[in-house]
Amino acid sequence: MKMNSVFSNGKVIDQSKTKLRTGEVNLYYGGFQALRKISLEIPEHAITAIIGPSGCGKSSFLRLFNRMNDLIVGARVEGGVELDGIPIYHKAIDVVELRKRVGMVFQKPNPFPMSVFENVVFGPRRHGKRNLGELEDIVEKSLHQAALWDEVKDKLGQSGFSLSGGQQQRLCIARVLAVEPEVILMDEPCSALDPVATLKIEDLMRYLAENYTIVIVTHNMQQAARVSDMAAFMMMEDDRAGVLVEYGATSEIFTNPKDKRTEDYITGRFG
Amino acid sequence: MRVGSISKRQFSQRTAFSLLIIATIIVVIPVLVIVLQIIINGASAISWDFLTQAPSQAGKAGGILPAIIGTFYLMLGTIIFALPLGVMAGIYLTEYAKENWLTKSINLAIVNLAGVPSIVYGLFGLGVFVLLFHFGMSLLSASLTLACQALAMTVTTSREAILAVPREYREGSLAVGATRWQTIRHLVLPQAMPSIITGAVLAMSRAAGETAPILVVGAAFLLPGLPQSPFDQFMALPYHLYTVAAHVPGMPKNTIWGVALVLLIVVLSFNVLATIIRLRDRQRRFNA
Repeated sequence: MKMNSVFSNGKVIDQSKTKLRTGEVNLYYGGFQALRKISLEIPEHAITAIIGPSGCGKSSFLRLFNRMNDLIVGARVEGGVELDGIPIYHKAIDVVELRKRVGMVFQKPNPFPMSVFENVVFGPRRHGKRNLGELEDIVEKSLHQAALWDEVKDKLGQSGFSLSGGQQQRLCIARVLAVEPEVILMDEPCSALDPVATLKIEDLMRYLAENYTIVIVTHNMQQAARVSDMAAFMMMEDDRAGVLVEYGATSEIFTNPKDKRTEDYITGRFG
Repeated sequence: MRVGSISKRQFSQRTAFSLLIIATIIVVIPVLVIVLQIIINGASAISWDFLTQAPSQAGKAGGILPAIIGTFYLMLGTIIFALPLGVMAGIYLTEYAKENWLTKSINLAIVNLAGVPSIVYGLFGLGVFVLLFHFGMSLLSASLTLACQALAMTVTTSREAILAVPREYREGSLAVGATRWQTIRHLVLPQAMPSIITGAVLAMSRAAGETAPILVVGAAFLLPGLPQSPFDQFMALPYHLYTVAAHVPGMPKNTIWGVALVLLIVVLSFNVLATIIRLRDRQRRFNA
């Protein structure tokens, strides 16, 4: 599995540049073990998909990387989680700084109850950007990157809720892009969207992967096959703890799975 | 047989409805009667002079301006102390406090605050604010005393309003690197504010109607003028109503009802204000 480069989805991935790494990670919620011994290396500037049946801990795994699990009372992490080789659960790490570098897009579009403009500049404002001209530049750039500018440039003052579901999700992506992260975590970003809006987000992801490291959790096998460079298949064991079954280039996982359980899952025999 | 059983079911259904309607009417009648009685008996006392003059002849003549102003001062003083404290405690309890025995006992204490009889707050205020802190019998002591009582409400409404802000907003904010406090300050509080204000306005209207606590911490029977500082004594509508109704012989009846009518209008208008704020907020959410 450890190759220097793989050919997947028509793109050469330089696996030598690892952006995120987990080593033997265990995650507990109180007495319940949600993840068991997960070791994974996520390459830079590529899309890595986490797939697997409901409840196998995909989202919990994703939330390791921006320490979103910290919000849950009783959550405890063992093992190493690294961003650019830096252990992000070290006590000297500033979680706020980490979340600036590792942004997150959620399952349900969650625009804030404010204007499109204010949604995008929410992060930059919190990080001390006050200059209106600078904020306007950020809005235009972020919305362009999120492929939303042409649709909303005349209604920046309108409520974020006035947009369609797909537009709202792209607004949320723009909101993340506005703080210039290095990694974007996406937790089933299309599960609340119709097929057309879904394709738009997928195109956007491919475009963003040129400059960002993207990790996406998805239920949708076709989506993982279409969009990702690398794929990780997770399952839960008898005690409901999530484990990593197989990880590799998406083309390999989908055409030539090594594990019988992966094959059963992607061919639709369960899950 | 089948027809008979259906009509029997219909009969019991109708009986149930009738009973429920009658019960509802019985509930509403006393309220209507009280309001009507106060209006019918008190309307004749209301005049420009009644609202703008100081009382004379122990309240038998003149107006009730000092009591009206005193009540407004009291509401203002109450909310100045109760709102910020209540909101801050509400934020702490929802956003920062850990789930432990201390938090649980604080929550329990707050719930029980609402159940403490108001005269007990009065005695507490007398002991602490009037005597211990040497604020004397004053507007300040009375405001602080009523604020203690109002805290139960402002803390509870703040907490509920903050909890009602969807988790998705907080997560979205934290996910772009906002701190917890920034999330509260710029996202959660603006969303919760209309509900918090509604609760505060209701707490004010309740404070306006309190008689027992202010009796022992600074309300005066008769004052020639308005309080000039927070350390002055004051008149207030409910206490004035109590004295003119119970302690002044030969009091014109319509004056007593007139005081009651003014008090009722003050309290009800604040309740209406709270309702308007709530409705506008609901509409805003609906349109958003």
